[in-house]
Amino acid sequence: MPIALNTWLARHAQTLMGSLGRIVQHPIATAMTMAVIALALALPLFFNVLLENTRAATADWNQAFELSVYLAKKAGAERAEALAKQLRTRPDVARVRVITAEQALVEFRESSGFGKALELLDTNPLPNALVVTPSLAASTADGTQALKVHIASLADVETVELDTEWVQRLNALLDLVRRVIWLTGGLLALSVVLVVGNTIRLDILNRRAEIEVMKLVGATDSFARRPFLYGGIWYGLGGGIGAVLVVAVATALLAKPIQRLIGLYGSQFQLRGLRFGPAVLILGLSMALGWMGSWIAATRHIRAVEP
Amino acid sequence: MIHFDQVYKRYPNGREALSGLSFRIEPGELVFLTGHSGAGKSSILKLIALIERPTRGQLFINHQNTAAIKARSTPQFRRSLGVVFQDHKLLLDRPVADNVALPLIVAGVPRREIDKRMRAALDQVGLLGKERNRPLELSTGEQQRVGIARAIIGKPPLLIADEPTGNLDPDLALEIMQLFKRFNDVGVTVVIASHDVHLIDRLGARRIVLEDGRVVGADAPHPGAAPSAAAS
Repeated sequence: MPIALNTWLARHAQTLMGSLGRIVQHPIATAMTMAVIALALALPLFFNVLLENTRAATADWNQAFELSVYLAKKAGAERAEALAKQLRTRPDVARVRVITAEQALVEFRESSGFGKALELLDTNPLPNALVVTPSLAASTADGTQALKVHIASLADVETVELDTEWVQRLNALLDLVRRVIWLTGGLLALSVVLVVGNTIRLDILNRRAEIEVMKLVGATDSFARRPFLYGGIWYGLGGGIGAVLVVAVATALLAKPIQRLIGLYGSQFQLRGLRFGPAVLILGLSMALGWMGSWIAATRHIRAVEP
Repeated sequence: MIHFDQVYKRYPNGREALSGLSFRIEPGELVFLTGHSGAGKSSILKLIALIERPTRGQLFINHQNTAAIKARSTPQFRRSLGVVFQDHKLLLDRPVADNVALPLIVAGVPRREIDKRMRAALDQVGLLGKERNRPLELSTGEQQRVGIARAIIGKPPLLIADEPTGNLDPDLALEIMQLFKRFNDVGVTVVIASHDVHLIDRLGARRIVLEDGRVVGADAPHPGAAPSAAAS
């Protein structure tokens, strides 16, 4: 039994390396096939990396509802402080931050890029404002809504904005984007199967004579098919490695500009590349796709090769 | 060993290659199939190797009706058969060793045993030491002997050859034929399609003469073989 197993393993190992050797013999054709697979897989993979980053960056926005309270123009900084003090005593309020009109103008000037234009203004167009963070217990849709109504009823309060709608919209959008990525990913995975299948079909046609001879001396279809299945797995592995590299390079190229863009919004954000686990998963997936493509093509076309 | 019983073979293009062919070959015989090209020699060998199937009639090999051998058992059947081709059908990108060992490799024989038997087979055809050569580095006669070594490595009870000397000069051809005779001497049934009448005469083996897909003449069975009922 161990001897039979050893023989079996040795034979498979030999076929595995043999198929690799044959693939390497045609480096350009092999590289092209692997590049097609790599690009097909890299596209959905890269968008998924971006999507995951967006989700990570917006994750904490989901919980921390904040109420932006804009005071009437006539209400001064003292009035703002007084209102803040009053609100802080409420049990459904965790924090209140006062942003005076001057602070707001300075911040806006720095981050908006309208600095020069703002200098032309005689008076500060911005009102004093409060940023109210509800307590954890009140951080529900109903709780924040009740707080909003209360604050709106206070004197000198012009408008109260509850920024939940756009968070919900963002989440719905991200969901949609994720579905689109899965859909394109599925279609591109199918195209990988077809690309490998077609490559293997050509391989079989090129080695028709050899398969004929093998069948003449008693090779079964599954024996003749084996090197092509391994070939498909190699194509898949090469393409998968290529896809991971493409995504790594693309992420590295985009990290700086994205960081600068996010920085403009006053946020500290690090673009996360493809992590180890998903990368390994992608290699496994691409090998499986390669195997599938070669299996379909080889099963069909090897049966058709008759001496 | 081989029994053709009223076998017809018509190809998809409408050509009838065999028309009611009947003959028997007994175990241990050395038989030449002769006749002009198109007489049906190659068709007979293709039917024996299960490359083609009879359109009508029955073909028994080793008392087994070939019609009962399904596609999935064909590989197993072919392992009990050695086939030599006029054009060798060697794999040109593989060394001689791999070519000769191919029948054992596809049969899943352990590597160590393969090496031993590969060398033995090469020794029998006088090519020991050429294992690492590529087929194209050898002469035509040597290439044909590599083909023969591949055909006999599985120790098949039946060896068939299609014009094995077709591309060889007379001296080499005789050498190859004597090689076949040696295998026949140790009990292997050998069937050779050849139109080289002079060579066949020199070997004095049994002949089955074909014309238009029929047997038009046959020698008495090989003296060493069991009584034959070669029909016309």
